[in-house]
Amino acid sequence: MADQTSQKAQAAGKSDAGYWAANVRIILVSLVIWALCSFGFGILLRPMLSGIPVGGTDLGFWFAQQGSILVFLALIFFYAWRMNKLDREFGVEEE
Amino acid sequence: MDQFTINLLFVGASFALYIGIAIWARAGSTSEFYAAGRGVHPVTNGMATAADWMSAASFISMAGLIAFTGYDNSTFLMGWTGGYVLLALLLAPYLRKFGKYTVSEFIGDRFYSPTARLVAVISLLVASITYVIGQMTGVGVAFGRFLEVSNEVGLLIGAVVVFAYAVFGGMKGVTYTQVAQYVVLIMAYTIPAVFISLQLTGNPIPGLGLFGTDLESGLPLLQKLDQIVAELGFREYTMHHGDTFNMVLFTLSLMIGTAGLPHVIMRFFTVPRVADARWSAGWALVFIALLYLTAPAVGAMARLNITEQFWPNGTSGEAVSVEQIATDPAYDWMQTWQQTGLLGWEDKNGDGRIQYYNDASPAMQERAATEGWEGNELTNFNQDILVLANPEIANLPGWVIGLVAAGGLAAALSTAAGLLLAISSAVSHDLIKGQWNPGISEKGELLSARIAMAVAIVVATYLGLNPPGFAAQTVALAFGLAAASIFPALMMGIFTKVNNYGAVAGMLAGLIVTVIYIFLHKGWFFIPDTNSFTDADPLLGTIKSTSFGAVGALINFAVAFTVSKMTAAIPQEIEELVESVRVPRGAGVAQDH
Repeated sequence: MADQTSQKAQAAGKSDAGYWAANVRIILVSLVIWALCSFGFGILLRPMLSGIPVGGTDLGFWFAQQGSILVFLALIFFYAWRMNKLDREFGVEEE
Repeated sequence: MDQFTINLLFVGASFALYIGIAIWARAGSTSEFYAAGRGVHPVTNGMATAADWMSAASFISMAGLIAFTGYDNSTFLMGWTGGYVLLALLLAPYLRKFGKYTVSEFIGDRFYSPTARLVAVISLLVASITYVIGQMTGVGVAFGRFLEVSNEVGLLIGAVVVFAYAVFGGMKGVTYTQVAQYVVLIMAYTIPAVFISLQLTGNPIPGLGLFGTDLESGLPLLQKLDQIVAELGFREYTMHHGDTFNMVLFTLSLMIGTAGLPHVIMRFFTVPRVADARWSAGWALVFIALLYLTAPAVGAMARLNITEQFWPNGTSGEAVSVEQIATDPAYDWMQTWQQTGLLGWEDKNGDGRIQYYNDASPAMQERAATEGWEGNELTNFNQDILVLANPEIANLPGWVIGLVAAGGLAAALSTAAGLLLAISSAVSHDLIKGQWNPGISEKGELLSARIAMAVAIVVATYLGLNPPGFAAQTVALAFGLAAASIFPALMMGIFTKVNNYGAVAGMLAGLIVTVIYIFLHKGWFFIPDTNSFTDADPLLGTIKSTSFGAVGALINFAVAFTVSKMTAAIPQEIEELVESVRVPRGAGVAQDH
């Protein structure tokens, strides 16, 4: 069954190299968001966000203490979902 | 029932639970001992990873660090969670696909070099042993405070309990006790926080209460906190005061270090499939986030409570009187904690009141001169007592205090067990089987793993009883080593075609430069007064030695690429190994080996 899907995928021009390139692209995009929300919004860009009030302080403080953690969570679950889908698209999932 | 009996009941019941689980989950094979037979559900594994990761530092120290510094210590919140993104995207699925038992085994096989494996084992052992000392000391402190036994006796009881379930159960026993320990520690952390959040803001979710309104003043909680700490001459809680560059670098170092700590990575060997390793990292962070989203609320609310206790009539009114501290039950916690030597106050000017303020602030010095104060009279406040004393400060019922005692112990014990497991598998699998006696039978390896574990517990207990005086400093070393040597080697093994020479040179360069940088600032081998620089005035710009792990990682990458470029390309079979690690297909086969 898995063999069939992987043959089908290969026939459609989908190779392990293509799978890896797609994976690396997803990782890069995810890491840009990862850095932007923690080092960016939480620290370096905080002065720019100081005009947006959140509960007695500003958005940058929220990102540093809670927002970044929520973004990290969303990223990991997105990556797991996206990659498990990609595995099937390229026929490289586990038996 | 008095408090001592309640504490005893909670701690005793939790310990009985851990031992019961250990008897149920005995390990019969090396696969069960090292990787729990690779049969752990991703949610279960996520919970165990969370308990494994959240140590005495997360449970006991972190909220205190945030409470007394505010925004600047958000580094710990971001750093100790952001590493999971790196783990989930860059390491966990591929290492699970590789399908062996230890981190150093991957490095040795991928870089076809026993030397690379040895370098990895050494940094793994140093990182884990330094880390475990802190956990054992934490066990001693928690016992000493809550069960009225000496720290030494407490530590020995803790060691016996860890021995019982880690030596016999291996990874399997440890995994299921960690699940129980997670439940105990998260309840112990959040229940008092919920009570306090309700008292202060009326919001039952502490993480939301933090950004809510202070019921008493009607102001947003954080604005109120900023205001009263500023009125006492302290830095505003929500503002940025330190150096921005160092803050970024420190956060990054904590993230990379987290992703490189072997006792966390090896948890991803225990799940059945590659897809499970991806989910499992997410579940781990869900369970970690429950505590980490609560921690900043615990810190801010405790700071507000404590400050208001010292200034019951407002910061411009009269301070609390010595008599009130001695007689008012709301101040009982101060009496209790004074006995531990971690809290102290002194009526310096003899006015019968205790003024708590920042005596280094010029504005406060002016006020002190007019009011006749002679310096800050809260002379000693160890930040580590904050979480443990918090239920007493907020006047919560006795069973909450018992629960917090059990929670602190659960946090320290679960991390200690994970570290001891990493140490024992490094010794039995990487050193004994990998280097000295490759022909060892499965039974022999299992026995040597158990003996290595027992020896590791004895060594950790000895070091916990006789802490080398630098216990607090060594956490920087553990994170520095993990960030500068282990993480880059693993990542390059998966994402690049770096060869054996490159990997060894890179790891050694990252390791040596990082260790030297730490020793230059903290003293050679942490011997006091042998340092040439201090973290207040570091060697390179504003880079503190605690933030150097990320620089070490960068050096590792740079050296590895350069050396690899100048030497022979990797052989065909390693090229195939890299290709195979990159795709999930065929991971099931690895289970049977």
